[in-house]
Amino acid sequence: MLTKRIIPCLDIKNGRTVKGVNFVDLRDAGDPVELAKQYADYGADELVFLDISATLEARATTLEMVLHVAEQVNIPFTVGGGISSVEHVDTLLKNGADKVSINSSAVKRPELVNELAEKFGSQCVVVAIDAKEVDGNWKVHLAGGTIPTEIDLFEWAKEVEERGAGEILFTSMNHDGTKNGFANKALAQLSDMLNIPIIASGGAGNVQHFIDTFTIGKSDAALAASVFHFNEIPIPELKKVLKEHHIEVRL
Amino acid sequence: MKLVIIDYGAGNIKSIQFAFNRLGYEAVLSKNPEEIEAADKVIFPGVGEASSAMKMLKESGLDELIPKLKQPVLGICLGMQLMCLHTEEGNTKGLGIFQTKVKRFSNNVKVPQMGWNVIKDLKSDLFKGIKENEYMYLVHSYYSEHCNETIAATDYEINYASALQHENFYGTQFHPEKSGAKGSKILENFLNL
Repeated sequence: MLTKRIIPCLDIKNGRTVKGVNFVDLRDAGDPVELAKQYADYGADELVFLDISATLEARATTLEMVLHVAEQVNIPFTVGGGISSVEHVDTLLKNGADKVSINSSAVKRPELVNELAEKFGSQCVVVAIDAKEVDGNWKVHLAGGTIPTEIDLFEWAKEVEERGAGEILFTSMNHDGTKNGFANKALAQLSDMLNIPIIASGGAGNVQHFIDTFTIGKSDAALAASVFHFNEIPIPELKKVLKEHHIEVRL
Repeated sequence: MKLVIIDYGAGNIKSIQFAFNRLGYEAVLSKNPEEIEAADKVIFPGVGEASSAMKMLKESGLDELIPKLKQPVLGICLGMQLMCLHTEEGNTKGLGIFQTKVKRFSNNVKVPQMGWNVIKDLKSDLFKGIKENEYMYLVHSYYSEHCNETIAATDYEINYASALQHENFYGTQFHPEKSGAKGSKILENFLNL
């Protein structure tokens, strides 16, 4: 059976990992390559690198990082953050990225999803959606969740699927950073509505949250950052418990 | 050993090249027919859409060359699918090396199948040292139907051929270059054929 995926997300700035990473056995926790290798050994199924660099020069550094990760890591990885053109995606894929994730740029110019799917195939196009629930309505937010829009999460998700997205990475801003669990109701609705995989993001705090998002939330994959970086939830243990709950995982 | 990855403009071939580097081998990217024919081992990669990939193969005459190769050839993902008789993707005629057809998963399951699934009923030296039900990484919307050349099977909606072999031609639907240590072992086995 196809397994549920566990995906650590690494924020990258100037080619280095940011946010605290607390892995005792790492020589250099700021080195994305070393961290990625460690995660691959720990049983992570995939990795996501989110480039939060502000300048073009810094993005060039990220490109080098992508090449180094591809050289040394033998599991798939996605690169996201500030991607808005077919050329940029072409360069990332040529440097060894397996998938790219686009967010605000897709909202600004939805045709980008079609263009990427046609040129590179849906399998490498992840559309990331940040949304916030206000008065029972889920509204899409842009620029790392700072700019609200009037776009409905579910309508937008349906549209990007039709345009050729291969996967959706949904971050609930109501849940992100709370460690109170994933937005399972909205996730289940997305999963029922769409025919492409859904990655849950935002809210992971304990092992039960992962069990819940794979069962109640019907998610295909779960992404988290701090609980993995600080080893609050070691991936091998997480997977062991998931297996005990009859959730298919790769051990 | 001379190892060539056929470079016809399809997808992410860097990861395949890097995977061989990690095993200590240099793999050359080439679309030059003489260079491909002279190689000890040939990798036929493919990511993207079938009809446009076939068009690129035809433009460079590689559609004629590949079926005539005598050394071990490994088609990966779309590469394997293009080695079949036909694929529903873009209604594309394949190279006809494997006597089977490629169909699309129905909408009863999520498409593409994306992630780790097991391979079983293993039947080839390609899988030496690989246990039944080992996890491999797959990303695909189309699958190959079983035939006499099936050397591995996977379940997703139905039971399909996740690897094929005909004489010196091998194909894997999964990505050994992205399937951790076990995937790497399969690539090593291929080099030892």
